[in-house]
Amino acid sequence: MAAGLKDATAIAGIGQTAFARRLPQTEKELACRAVLAALDDAGIAPSEVDAFASYTMEETDEVEVAKAIGAGDVTFFSKVGYGGGGSCATVGHLAAAIATGQASVGVAWRSRKRGSGPRPWKNTAVQLPTPGQWTRPFGLLRPADEIGMLARRYMHEYGATRDHLFNVALACRNRANQNPAAMMYERPLTREMYMTARWISEPLCLFDNCLETDGALACVIVSAERARDCRQKPVYVHSVAQGLPAQHHGMVNYWNDDPLSGPAWTAARHLWKQADFGPDDVDVAQIYDAFTPLIPLSLEGYGFCGRGEGAAFTEGGTLEIGGRLPINTGGGGLSEAYVHGFNLINEGVKQLRGTSTAQVPDAATCLVTAGEGVPTSAILLRA
Amino acid sequence: MTTATNTPDGTGTSGPAAAPAGTAPDGLLLPVPDEDGAPFWEYAARGELRIQACASESCGRLRFPPRPCCPHCGSFDGEWRRMSGRGRIWSYVRPHPPLLPAYAAQAPYNVILVELADAPRIRLAGNLVAAAGAPLNSVDPARLRIGAKVQVVFAEVGGTVVPRWLLERS
Repeated sequence: MAAGLKDATAIAGIGQTAFARRLPQTEKELACRAVLAALDDAGIAPSEVDAFASYTMEETDEVEVAKAIGAGDVTFFSKVGYGGGGSCATVGHLAAAIATGQASVGVAWRSRKRGSGPRPWKNTAVQLPTPGQWTRPFGLLRPADEIGMLARRYMHEYGATRDHLFNVALACRNRANQNPAAMMYERPLTREMYMTARWISEPLCLFDNCLETDGALACVIVSAERARDCRQKPVYVHSVAQGLPAQHHGMVNYWNDDPLSGPAWTAARHLWKQADFGPDDVDVAQIYDAFTPLIPLSLEGYGFCGRGEGAAFTEGGTLEIGGRLPINTGGGGLSEAYVHGFNLINEGVKQLRGTSTAQVPDAATCLVTAGEGVPTSAILLRA
Repeated sequence: MTTATNTPDGTGTSGPAAAPAGTAPDGLLLPVPDEDGAPFWEYAARGELRIQACASESCGRLRFPPRPCCPHCGSFDGEWRRMSGRGRIWSYVRPHPPLLPAYAAQAPYNVILVELADAPRIRLAGNLVAAAGAPLNSVDPARLRIGAKVQVVFAEVGGTVVPRWLLERS
């Protein structure tokens, strides 16, 4: 039964716009440009598109994208909730739809003007339903504050330090410095810059937080058979998973037995159960990095190290090119662009095509994850 | 059987919240309770810290945040159990700007998670203050420590009563 999805579909095309703090185009136009670029990359006509998937936070809906790009009759469309937790699930939903015959050409996308547009946490009108009544009046206002709570406890329990978080920020920045499309391409990071940066929410400083970006990305998913006839080398969707753990509370996961083992653990169990390989066989990973502490938590959750070992895992250049597990090789949300993790999906495809600006030699397997700390998702890609 | 949720005014979970929606005159956000959460704030207005619990005799477990039924036994019979108000700091942050203006004016301030002595898996968000009505930044940050014992007090903010936390004298 589970074998129905394994390698049944492939990502045949990827597309993106420029990334910047402020872009002149509308979100709708950026979405259309990214989708058309992905279809062109695949060599598939827009009229062949019959499936769409995006995030519930995406403000351009399927109707607008489909009619603008000239899609055909659409027979599957899906939106996934929980912000950046939905990124990989967009690919997963399309893979499931195509593998089961609901559609043949799927497009997943995310377009967002988070760089020049509003910060969601500043909205005081819609912010106070469950569970906001339990946190926001006390000044726990922003995602950085909510994750900072878990980060502080993680540091306390496991002896993690700011140097460990710096290791994460530095690995992402180093990769961005190799990627001309990255917002931080020409902006090296030093330990002194990190340690003297302004606080956002102690224990998290400026460089522990992702960028604010205008931009859009998309990818095209088709059957494995069809992908072999497309313009680019197919990148197979080997395994997909979503994860909403028992008694999980979203970003404010403070009210269960074990707040430090989050959705990554749930998604990982399902992901590996369906895969032909395990964490030791992953050549490169794109791990959702809205905040640096999500990396050690995810490293533990996806089984690259034991519980409480995620911070130590970052020591000695492990996350750099040439290390055990190079991560976020385009720069990630911390240093390439923050588009709710979609750039991590496209970067995973680039690695397995062999076209990344920070190519891991002979990379054949890549883990891509969505946001840890919210109901999440993940995909395993293979060449 | 009807829902056995006991609220101070006896109207059950459907009664109006004690707290008005929105924002205090000074700009601090006020809790906007949902139907499940309203009794917490109504009890807070009386100076009582109460947590929702299953009222089934064979279960009786505490749960937070409040919800219509017990995740352990499925019972819709609930009650609000009074807590001692004692706890320990489980974690904390110190937010710095950019923040909403009323919070930026007090930044950096503390937000703490208090693990309740009576319900160790329930960690209430709040603020450590020097006195019930003192500002969010009224405690020396050097005194913030995971594991520190704290005691609940109640403060009125723009007509709404919210819990605050004081360090226990050691």
